Amino acid sequence: MSNVFIAFQANEESRPIVDAVIRDNPNAEVVYSPGLVKIDAPNSLIINRETIEEETGRDFDLQEIHINLVTLSGHVEEDEDQLKLSWDH
Amino acid sequence: MNVDLHTKSIEQLRNTYSHVEKYVKGNKPATRYEEATFGAQSTTNFHYRPTWAPDYELFDASRTKVILDDWYVLRDPRQFYYGNWTMTRAKQQDAMEASYRFVESKNLLDNIPTPVQKLVCDVILPLRHVAWGGNMNNCNIAAIGYGTVFTAPAMFHAMDQLGVAQYITRLGLTIGGTEVLDSGKDAWINQPHWQVLRRYIEDTFVIEDPFELFIAQNIALDGQLYEMIFESFVEQHLTSKGVSAIAMVTSFINDWFKESSRWIDAVIKIAADESDANNKLISTWVNKWGKRAQSSLEPIAELAFSEESQMAIDSSRSKMNERCKKSGLTIK
Amino acid sequence: MNSVSKHKKLSLHTRYKAMTRDLSWETSYQPMEKVYPYERYEGIKIHDWDKWEDPFRLTMDAYWKYQGEKEKKLYAVIDAFAQNSGQMGISDARYVNALKLFVQGVTPLEYSAHRGFANAGRHFSGAGASVAAQMQSVDELRHYQTEVHALSHFNKHFNGMHNFTHWYDRVWYLSVPKSFFEDALSGGPFEFLTAVSFSFEYVLTNLLFVPFMSGAAYNGDMSTVTFGFSAQSDEARHMTLGIECIKFILEQDAENRPIVQRWIDKWFWRGYRLLTIVAMMQDYMLPKRVMSWKEAWETYAEKNGTALFKDLSLYGIKEPRGWRDACEGKDHISHQAWNTFYNYNAAAPLHTWVPVAEEMEWLSEKYPKSFDRYYRPRLDYCRSEQEQGRRFYNNTLPMLCQICQIPMMFTEPGDASKICYREVNYQDDKYHFCSDHCKQIFCYEPEKYVQAWLPVHQIYQGNCFLDGVDPSQNDFDPLSAVLDYYELNAGIDNLDFEGSQDQLNFNKWDGEEAQEEAE
Repeated sequence: MSNVFIAFQANEESRPIVDAVIRDNPNAEVVYSPGLVKIDAPNSLIINRETIEEETGRDFDLQEIHINLVTLSGHVEEDEDQLKLSWDH
Repeated sequence: MNVDLHTKSIEQLRNTYSHVEKYVKGNKPATRYEEATFGAQSTTNFHYRPTWAPDYELFDASRTKVILDDWYVLRDPRQFYYGNWTMTRAKQQDAMEASYRFVESKNLLDNIPTPVQKLVCDVILPLRHVAWGGNMNNCNIAAIGYGTVFTAPAMFHAMDQLGVAQYITRLGLTIGGTEVLDSGKDAWINQPHWQVLRRYIEDTFVIEDPFELFIAQNIALDGQLYEMIFESFVEQHLTSKGVSAIAMVTSFINDWFKESSRWIDAVIKIAADESDANNKLISTWVNKWGKRAQSSLEPIAELAFSEESQMAIDSSRSKMNERCKKSGLTIK
Repeated sequence: MNSVSKHKKLSLHTRYKAMTRDLSWETSYQPMEKVYPYERYEGIKIHDWDKWEDPFRLTMDAYWKYQGEKEKKLYAVIDAFAQNSGQMGISDARYVNALKLFVQGVTPLEYSAHRGFANAGRHFSGAGASVAAQMQSVDELRHYQTEVHALSHFNKHFNGMHNFTHWYDRVWYLSVPKSFFEDALSGGPFEFLTAVSFSFEYVLTNLLFVPFMSGAAYNGDMSTVTFGFSAQSDEARHMTLGIECIKFILEQDAENRPIVQRWIDKWFWRGYRLLTIVAMMQDYMLPKRVMSWKEAWETYAEKNGTALFKDLSLYGIKEPRGWRDACEGKDHISHQAWNTFYNYNAAAPLHTWVPVAEEMEWLSEKYPKSFDRYYRPRLDYCRSEQEQGRRFYNNTLPMLCQICQIPMMFTEPGDASKICYREVNYQDDKYHFCSDHCKQIFCYEPEKYVQAWLPVHQIYQGNCFLDGVDPSQNDFDPLSAVLDYYELNAGIDNLDFEGSQDQLNFNKWDGEEAQEEAE
């Protein structure tokens, strides 16, 4: 089983995204290094817009993640509500 | 009180990169535009000929009949590099969002009388395909043109054209959903009054000279089209009928048209100024493609303006011609 | 007008389709083959462009909005860096030589990528692929321009950066990146995407970015770190284009597979060879070291690559031919490259040096299999020569590999005491290669590679002198004449770091700073 990962710039804007990912992906592991937060998960990882909105208390457009996204690995499936990374087909 | 700020001053060895410095007048620091633009493109010692065009080098000034001693003379008066281009467009996009919110909150589009809604769809929606053609052509100029000062703004222009196509699409989706877009596409492919224009666009897709393509698309066609539709039809004609909501949600298009005209006119003027041969060549292209573009737009003008169509066509052709005359071309 | 449909919220997928795919049409006044003349000649068969999946469905309004945000933040940092004389925050002036390598050898590639993606964008009849390629084209222009801007401040204070575009077209080691990218640009649109989007931006990208950006972070170069993070967010979109295009091509027709496999083999190897310079930078040019090239290779190539090729095996794609040899090279290439640059530093617009004792210890520790046995003795010898006033500069020119154009310094896989030589006779000439894999690339398309402008050959043929230079004169000095052609400031841009203007200036400014702080 291979890991997928996603990494963000570590700042105020990405914090609710990271928190949402941790909530929705219990097997995810988070590593902080200077300026960067990287989240690894076995096989797949889900980012839910609704969860982020619960964290921020405001509306959130999932495409906003582009501002602080650094890199990722895995196949991407995206719609307005969810972004999924996985190695499945 | 006197506030004195001491900053460390460490003596500089130079102002900027050598390939930029030769274009900067005096001992001034280079602007961001200058540093981002001058000297970027390779000019020599190419390793392999393109397998897709083996008669040319990878970057080859001989792809066009226009001859410039130094292609970097074609400065963009807007001085766009990626940073200020995106930030400018981002502000414009914010304004468009605000317009949409306003217009939607007051049902201004819904409240447009049905015949006018239909007219708007019939006249404007097929233009999203014309804008896609503009995108393809400017992308081509960016790929095979010579010199960053000419090709970089062409790529920005290509993305702007895509933006125009998408704003028109959004207008359609808001007024009548995917059904009206489908009708617009059907008209583009099949209805007689769009065919002359579609043929024009498809003929531009096979123009090989990137400068001729620039003329055929950006001035000969767009110079008349945007004048006629987004200035005359939307800003003036519809507004005079009490329908200003369309102008509000397409304001990007008119603003962009006016702003980019400054770039287009500067390119033409500087290139034509350089030699009689260039002037003659570019003038010939403008006259030839301008005349064809006008014929292509006549049926659209009829759709939009009915009996007043001749006046609208003449006006946009003459405005386009005026721009070219100001750029020093000989217009017939 | 039917108001029900307009208020129904469209899915992202449907909306995006209306915003992109739907804009294009089957031409009829001009045949599609004339409008898209390059779609067939590579032999790739596409039956249905509608099967293209658009990852990250960004419309232009969203693109401008988010990219505008990024630019605002990035330029704020670049401005602050300049205002605060940020270049004084670096660990050691030797670090700047990593930046010189970057601006000379990587920045021009961003520009080339911009032009190449514009070409690909124009020539795919599938609007989804076209738009993705076009967005990448402006992204790459963004990278070129932000790099030029971020490094501008360093250029004002250090040598070896000011003439980078002129050098890129002429200087011997820069023909390595130049020929790499021109190979891609001269290919058709499908090969271009496989070469750049997939092989480079997906498979190998972390090996370029992580070393430079972590190197910047560890050595106090905040401007480059900020640029790096900002650019990487574009890379996420580029990577997804890369993997999507490979999957799409493979799913369209089984006959595409052998073509794609050949491209993967070729481009993995050319990309790997290109990264030699990065390996050297990482192991030798960062005063505060992050990780070794070997460690980076094991993390970003071996671990990630395994997952990727396992995934692609479902399509019948095998790991690239050169994979094993690339892995074998991890113990060697950085040392071999540094030695070459050290040798030829008279003709290179950056500085080199012998590592200090702690750095040698670090290298021993990171390379237990190779450093002490093969490379330390040579460096010790260079240091002792230098201490005795005989700093070595090689006055002859090396043989280059016809494909990768790197000097023939690589060793046989499995035997680092033997230089690896391969050759082929083709139409009355003999061609030389550093490896089986470069040789194979040549053999498949010899008519392409015989065209290459090899810097060493060109110098010997007299094509690297300015007009009016006369080699028959008594006082003719070929090296000096070549440096004039390079527009390299001899004695300033080149030679050892010890005694360089960079070193003297940095110490002077550092001293002045210390004095100001004391006051």
